[in-house]
Amino acid sequence: MKRVYAVEKLCLNCKLCEVYCKTAHSKSKDIIKAHKTEVPEPQTRIFVEGDNLLSFAANCRHCENPACVEACITGAMTKDPITGIVDNEKERCVGCMTCVMACPYGVVKAADIAFKCDLCRGEDEPACVKHCPNRALIYIEGGSER
Amino acid sequence: MSYVIIGNSAAGIAAAESIRKFDQKGKVTIISDEPHNTYGRPLISYFLKGTSTAGTMHFRKPPFYTDNGIDTIFGHAAVKIADKHVVLDNGDKVSYDKLLLATGSVPFVPTISGIEGKDNVFTFLKYDDAIALKAVVKKDSRVVIVGGGLIGLKAAEGLHTLCDDITVVEFADRVLAAVIDKQGGTIVSDHLENNGIKCILNNTVDTLRDGEVLLKSGDVLPCDFLIVAVGVRPAITLAKNFGLTVNRGIVTNTHMQTSVPDIYAAGDCVESYDILDGTQKILALWPNAVRQGRIAGASMAGHADELFDGGMPLNSVGFFGLKVMTCGIINPADESGYEIVRIAKGQQYKKFVMQNNMLKGFILINAPNRAGLYTTLIRDGVDLATIDGDITNGIGLINFKPEERAKKIGGGAGR
Amino acid sequence: MNFKNPEFEIVRNKDKCISCGACARQCSYEAHIIDPDTGELKAEDMNCVACHRCVVICPTRAITIKKHEMTYRENANWTAAYINQINRQADTGGVLLSGMGNPQPYPIYWDRMLLNASQVTNPSIDPLREPMETRTFIGAKPEKIELDAKGRLITRMPPNVELQMPIMFSAMSFGSISLNAQKSLAAAAKACGTLFNTGEGGLHSDLFQYADNAVVQVASGRFGVHKDYLDKSRIIEIKIGQGAKPGIGGHLPGVKIDEEVSRTRMIPLGADAISPAPHHDIYSIEDLRQLIYSLKEATEYQKPVAVKIAAVHNSAAIASGIARAGADIIVLDGFRGGTGAAPTRIRDNVGIPIELALAAVDERLRSESLRNRVSLVAAGSFRNSADIFKAIAIGADAVYIASSALIALGCHMCQQCHTGKCNWGIATQRADLVKRLNPEIMAERAANLLKAWNHEIKEMLGGMGINAIDSLRGNRLMLRGVGLNEKELSILGIKHAGE
Repeated sequence: MKRVYAVEKLCLNCKLCEVYCKTAHSKSKDIIKAHKTEVPEPQTRIFVEGDNLLSFAANCRHCENPACVEACITGAMTKDPITGIVDNEKERCVGCMTCVMACPYGVVKAADIAFKCDLCRGEDEPACVKHCPNRALIYIEGGSER
Repeated sequence: MSYVIIGNSAAGIAAAESIRKFDQKGKVTIISDEPHNTYGRPLISYFLKGTSTAGTMHFRKPPFYTDNGIDTIFGHAAVKIADKHVVLDNGDKVSYDKLLLATGSVPFVPTISGIEGKDNVFTFLKYDDAIALKAVVKKDSRVVIVGGGLIGLKAAEGLHTLCDDITVVEFADRVLAAVIDKQGGTIVSDHLENNGIKCILNNTVDTLRDGEVLLKSGDVLPCDFLIVAVGVRPAITLAKNFGLTVNRGIVTNTHMQTSVPDIYAAGDCVESYDILDGTQKILALWPNAVRQGRIAGASMAGHADELFDGGMPLNSVGFFGLKVMTCGIINPADESGYEIVRIAKGQQYKKFVMQNNMLKGFILINAPNRAGLYTTLIRDGVDLATIDGDITNGIGLINFKPEERAKKIGGGAGR
Repeated sequence: MNFKNPEFEIVRNKDKCISCGACARQCSYEAHIIDPDTGELKAEDMNCVACHRCVVICPTRAITIKKHEMTYRENANWTAAYINQINRQADTGGVLLSGMGNPQPYPIYWDRMLLNASQVTNPSIDPLREPMETRTFIGAKPEKIELDAKGRLITRMPPNVELQMPIMFSAMSFGSISLNAQKSLAAAAKACGTLFNTGEGGLHSDLFQYADNAVVQVASGRFGVHKDYLDKSRIIEIKIGQGAKPGIGGHLPGVKIDEEVSRTRMIPLGADAISPAPHHDIYSIEDLRQLIYSLKEATEYQKPVAVKIAAVHNSAAIASGIARAGADIIVLDGFRGGTGAAPTRIRDNVGIPIELALAAVDERLRSESLRNRVSLVAAGSFRNSADIFKAIAIGADAVYIASSALIALGCHMCQQCHTGKCNWGIATQRADLVKRLNPEIMAERAANLLKAWNHEIKEMLGGMGINAIDSLRGNRLMLRGVGLNEKELSILGIKHAGE
């Protein structure tokens, strides 16, 4: 399946991926509302690490055998058998964070409940990839992760 | 091929899914003494609280069984395994070619005088336990919970929305004694106290009387409902009676196969290999059960690719917003040979247990993000010399070597 | 006390700002700052150079850079720029440095020349329907064509390079610009069938794959010149002078000589790279001829040798000498040509406009029957395809573009190249800045620019009823001047509009 991969040597540390991820996962889909007024606060699901010299964005690998799905006590975390997308159903998640603790890449986010990348379900290209100003995130067929 | 699975929770469901992945034709039957479709067992406390409802308790969406062509026998206990068939409590026989025991645990009820035949004494392991409690507990009810472990404390949190007077009585010197240290346990019990749950440590319930309990210390607590949550035992009676090799739990090989070739076992009823201390033990953990179920199902359907190579203690749980994570060896009895780092700041507490330059365990209270990376360091036995920076200050993929990171998130990009 | 005044004001629209901090993380001049205590974004106008990195990166376009309102008493003579420059020099005692080309309001002759078009008598051509040739061959052309009895060509053709369009990327060294910027230009040149130029910084091994599209320079410092370097090229260019700083050498400070630059230039790590003002082995046309033929000899006469000079007062006579010295190509670089760093006074006051120099050189070479011996390449601030078109009509075979190519790569003409802090990853060697320039993206943009301009050239040719660029070359009848005096018209060799 297609996944989002980070090209470390091109990452600017601008964190626009986080900004657009948050916007894409807001109710309004409006960048300003998403960041300034929306309640509950939308959650970004991509993590930019590092500083200007070395930075990269990490998000879900949508593993073959996802540790987060294995760990989920509610059944909210699932891997779609057709698309391969691993996603968390927020109505059922109770925020135990076992998935956060199980994820070998550390890319499930703990807020009131667990949030993670859903590859912007339904979009041709996830928002982080689409808006990366330097193509430091690419959306391609890759290796099979865990 | 006829597959029979006894148990309708984590391991049983994972096994059924796994069988169906490899065998779309065989007959699959799940037997459970509970009358419910599969539900997230730990959600029973959330059901009390109201976070989870009858509509969201399901572990798999309701059409799961029909979608996967799985027959169900719910509300009937399997009472006996005989030659290639299982006998139910109504006398029915269910024949199998391959059998999975995913029977889980049963509550352990210690000797407390006066509890025999009382209808105000509960255990807290099943959906029906929660339904029953929700029906009887009133705002002014006084509840005493024996046992300050995960089950007892989650029950306390769940009940808190139903009634005001809740007391947890714990035999050890701290709550969550099995999974946390004294310092962490204190943060948890303080937090519970602040949220209106009374915690009594170094004590236990001796006698249940009319409207009160007598504690071992001689103190008396008012009590309308007593919840016994001191622990669980693997449900191994069926296996034992049939003559399977059983120690503390059912013994299996890495394919989750028991001493009888056509019988498999998975989940809380089996003994698992602990990768950290190298012993066989009961690792009654949800992810463990799911993995074992998946492996057992695949093996039963003739696909033995994945092996169960062992598990380790791993718990993540929240109490009134306090996020508690513990993993691996967190409280070694003898600290010599270990390097232990503790960082405490208000309600945040981090403890790292290292040995031979490898992370062996951690406690993270209110510091959940990126915790999975610590888990990975433990599970993969990563030499900390290959990790940049001091992981006790925080962790990210940036602490890993570039080539390791490229493997993790650079993928096959090759750029 | 700081006597200087800010030139720009950073205006942040608080309604739009989402406090993502991208501006602060992206500003190498530290004009945006995140307050460490409050996390609030602040601006330091004094540091702003109007490079617009923040403007472009800001996801809500919340930032506007304005000319600072701070003013001096109006004075047509003592402008704020001169007052600020004096204060800078009073602070430091140093020579003022600038990047990019001469910004002063001297006449721009391109804007005073207009093109012809066909009407009725000579039908125009639609380049979308009919073939249109912009292919250009540069190199010396034979005096005459000789055929044997059977009609076979016996003339030995001097080496020529085929370009798919009459536009090449001008010299920008690795050191003055980043390797990523060079990679972008090299890849774009390859994609468009034209050439890029190494400048005097040597050829980095990553660029060996673009040897077929490389012009390699031999300059006064001889940086990175070796046999392999000369071989990995299509054209060898001797750099005598540069339009932005005629008569001046170069000075790349030691701090910019990192491992890669050091290896590529073959100079010690951290040592200043001094390009002498003159070539110390060239004091005459005869000396130049020796170098030209040394290079031809070294490359077995397989490659054209170009000589690049700045457009100065007596360019015509010098060009004549260069042609006689055996060069295959003469490059004329006008006074608006860009640079990574030049003394401001030199940049702003030395040299002459390319339009006049080109016309004078072309005329001189024709009158001396030397024009066929050399190709003429014009350089020094081609801003659009029409400028190029006019240059070819005056007599250029092809042009070099650099500033416009850099704009395609992100340059916003802030003129701070010399500081090495280029926020666009172009004129810098700082790893955190260089990586902002993704060669894959920028090669596409640079190639797009070339394709677009080439297309526009075809449109203009078609409008004139010409179907090959060769028919435009030196065809000054296609040009008319507007608002030019007799002397200017005569030097340009064109008639006034209406004539």
